Amino acid sequence: MSLKFPIYMDNQATTPCDPRVVEAMLPYFTQHFGNAASRSHAYGWEAEEAVNEARGQVARLIGAKKPKEIVFTSGATESDNLALKGVAHFYKSRGNHIIVSAIEHKAVLDAAKKLEKEGFEVTYLPVNDMGLVELETLEKAMTDKTILVSIMLANNEIGTVQPIKEIGALCRERKIIFHTDAVQGIGKVPFNVEEMNVDLASLTAHKIYGPKGIGALYVRRSRPRVRLSAEMDGGGHEFGMRSGTLNVAGIVGFGKACEILADEGQDEAKRLRTLRDRLLDKITSRLDEVVINGSMEHRLPHNLNLSFSFVEGESMLMAIKDVAVSSGSACTSASLEPSYVLHAMGIGDDMAHSSLRFGVGRFNTEEEVDYVADLIVEKVNKLRELSPLWEMHQEGIDLSTIEWTAH
Amino acid sequence: MAYSDKVIEHYENPRNVGTLDKDDASVGTGLVGAPACGDVMRLQIKVNDEGVIEDAKFKTFGCGSAIASSSLATEWIKGKTIDEAETIKNTAIVEELNLPPVKIHCSVLAEDAIKSAIADFRAKREAKKELAGADEEQPATPPAE
Repeated sequence: MSLKFPIYMDNQATTPCDPRVVEAMLPYFTQHFGNAASRSHAYGWEAEEAVNEARGQVARLIGAKKPKEIVFTSGATESDNLALKGVAHFYKSRGNHIIVSAIEHKAVLDAAKKLEKEGFEVTYLPVNDMGLVELETLEKAMTDKTILVSIMLANNEIGTVQPIKEIGALCRERKIIFHTDAVQGIGKVPFNVEEMNVDLASLTAHKIYGPKGIGALYVRRSRPRVRLSAEMDGGGHEFGMRSGTLNVAGIVGFGKACEILADEGQDEAKRLRTLRDRLLDKITSRLDEVVINGSMEHRLPHNLNLSFSFVEGESMLMAIKDVAVSSGSACTSASLEPSYVLHAMGIGDDMAHSSLRFGVGRFNTEEEVDYVADLIVEKVNKLRELSPLWEMHQEGIDLSTIEWTAH
Repeated sequence: MAYSDKVIEHYENPRNVGTLDKDDASVGTGLVGAPACGDVMRLQIKVNDEGVIEDAKFKTFGCGSAIASSSLATEWIKGKTIDEAETIKNTAIVEELNLPPVKIHCSVLAEDAIKSAIADFRAKREAKKELAGADEEQPATPPAE
């Protein structure tokens, strides 16, 4: 089989739609185009039926008791905003303290920052050098004013999987609402809102081979019932929690993507892990001074985040332009700051500048993995020949003893 | 990020990559930048008795634009006197490589690297002169220059 370039290995940024998902969606653009809120004719009824079926498919994937606990949104950014602001605004009479981890997605961090401006107190919980939240630290941060804890299931950059079940138990014990951004982990690692005492969970379709522009927030309905103040006012759709005409085709695709994951996710996770481990082995067996960022034990099966010491990330991306991956280097981000996730783990800016994230996915092959590994080895060697830092390292100079001229 | 053709060309075929003996009296070395900032350039010049840069070498840790800027810098300074090389401005590098605003610091670093290498060479030459001056008092040593 011939390879198709560029090879896509950035499946934590987004995933292509599964053709089965697209097929399920198509009739809802042209034939069954009705407004799910139209109660007076068949067009509306079939749209509503399709939405309800999808609600069930999403609910089943995460172990929710009732389909009605799924509130469709435009994506996980909206879900995160709705969870944080919705809880904060509804429960502000109960307390004003919120805990989020320092490595949350920007949608959570920036929503928390906005709440801070409104007068809420926010604790940004540190993670350890493996990129994991420590329960003791979390417990210490909890006060009688804490109304919400938001900690992600799995991190988007380093793939570390947090101890959600233990965090859920801790929150339940103290009657604190627990939100998790589950976007990266669903269908890949065990996740069940009932078993893990999760009260709110953000989900999105485009990371699981569904379309962009559709996501959901799981909102627990019983024991305890979680209330939210709506952030979007209008026609009162989605049980009054999120107004706006439903994206029926998107919802159908999201449902189908969840159904496929529920059926095939476990086998797929095994296959992805094999591919990921093959990639890692083929790189580290041939290159020195490669550092794995984040725990390998508590990690998504398809994620790899490596720092290639003495080589800068953006120049790596340029060297491997036949491969679509991403870097924690400042040069590749709009903010010109190196990755805050790596920073929170205590990884120095120099190593953050040298990091690459690989995310293997459903449509990657062994042949592609081998090609990427070979390319990485070749280009890292080439760039190290160009690197004064590599030369100094070879000469035995400790780079930390040099007085650099920061600019 | 879209790179200009010239950046890509320099990045793929960098000129004058390598190392000169930093202990050689005719060699000046400039090491600028910092790993934490994502770019470090080392630029070296070998200067003859007429003050002409006979050879220049670089190694750079940094993005494609940083590599291209330093590659271009070595190309430009070769054959120039140190006084001429010193007048090279980062804006000329920006223009030649079509660098976007976020990459201007790469050209600044290249200018700094040239200046720093020249300064290192001059410092060495001064030190040598002083040494030679001191030596003159001793009759056995042949006069310097």
